[in-house]
Amino acid sequence: MNGFVEPIVGRYVHVEIDGEVNRIYFEENGSGIPLVCLHTAGSDARQWRHLLVDDEFTKHFRVIAFDMPWHGKSNPPDSQFGSEYRLTTASYTATIRAFCKALGLDRPVVMGCSIGGRIVLNLAIAHAHDFRALIGLEAADFQQPWYDTAWLNRPDVHGGEICAALVSGLIAPNGPEAARNETLWGYKQGGPGIFKGDLYFYRVDGDLRGRTCAIDVSQCPLYLLTGEYDFSCTPEDTLRTAAGIPGAKATVMERLGHFPMSENPDQFRRYIAPVLQDILDKQKL
Amino acid sequence: MESECVRRDADPPVSFTPDAVLAAFKAIPDLLVRDAALTARGRWLDVDCLLGPSTQPFHVAIRAGRIVDMTPTPVLMRSWRFAYRATPAAFAAYWQTMPPAGWHDLLALTKRGQATLEGDLHPFMTHLQYFKDLLALPRRSAFGGVS
Repeated sequence: MNGFVEPIVGRYVHVEIDGEVNRIYFEENGSGIPLVCLHTAGSDARQWRHLLVDDEFTKHFRVIAFDMPWHGKSNPPDSQFGSEYRLTTASYTATIRAFCKALGLDRPVVMGCSIGGRIVLNLAIAHAHDFRALIGLEAADFQQPWYDTAWLNRPDVHGGEICAALVSGLIAPNGPEAARNETLWGYKQGGPGIFKGDLYFYRVDGDLRGRTCAIDVSQCPLYLLTGEYDFSCTPEDTLRTAAGIPGAKATVMERLGHFPMSENPDQFRRYIAPVLQDILDKQKL
Repeated sequence: MESECVRRDADPPVSFTPDAVLAAFKAIPDLLVRDAALTARGRWLDVDCLLGPSTQPFHVAIRAGRIVDMTPTPVLMRSWRFAYRATPAAFAAYWQTMPPAGWHDLLALTKRGQATLEGDLHPFMTHLQYFKDLLALPRRSAFGGVS
């Protein structure tokens, strides 16, 4: 409808991470339990725009999505311009915790996808008491690489085109065309080397095999949901991870791939609604 | 752990005949001629490559995004820069209107060992979406219907 203004509000918060103030862009809508959403590697928080305007969810949750430093509208830290970007388990964890602290969030729920799903597992291992519940989309303790990330950032290959073309196959076939295009557009817009730098965490630094058995879901419930068409983090990867975590809830989502919230929001809603309801129900006990 | 909805596809995931796969592959040049947008996306691409079913690959000559020659192997001493070859079962699955999970992308097929990618990958990677869409063209002609 012409003239319709969405209820999403976008602002910047100054967040001190590892001794340096970062200007972090975030969008939010709703009130209630804070629900912090983490985007995939090489993209930004626009992936969550459908969840952010869901009337049912925002009645009970303050949905917040932020652009990681170097992504979307969050610039690199001043001291880091010109240096090679590399996300690590430590820097990713510190960023999420600092963002939540800067906004004064009281034991938020954190939902992350892909690298965001992986880091959710580390939050469950190391900081479960800080969170009300954790949701990992396309999450596993490890997954087999299927391409060489060196292709993502070299002067003789268009970074935007190669990033989008690589991940295009992770979207389930026959979903909404506009949503597919928008998901890939995020990858075409990433800064040079940012997708590759995120994958340093995913491929090199963030192997959590042997560590997820330390997760205690009685402290913080853990939900893992993976799309059946995700051949990067496969359903088998997620189910293997969940099998080693007593009490973790794992679901394989039909007709969805690696970007459930943005590639097919309606289909994703069918799966995430019961999870959010379960979290709400636990608050009432 | 609680889990639900686990489904895996047996190999091969769809029924096919090798002749039907070969015929569908041979139709790709004509399908490309009818796709102006895909041809335009390949306008900077000139390459001689090896593509097709692993049982019968083809030397494919691409100029400005158009296939100007496609000849079955072997051709005596003809060179190619890269090769993408997949099993007939993989192409049959890839060309389904709704391909089965894990059979729906060229690199999903290499990951599961149903396809090989060899040679100088630069032209393939610089035009990755072009090649994904080029090799998916038989999907549009309802190669195998819904799997």
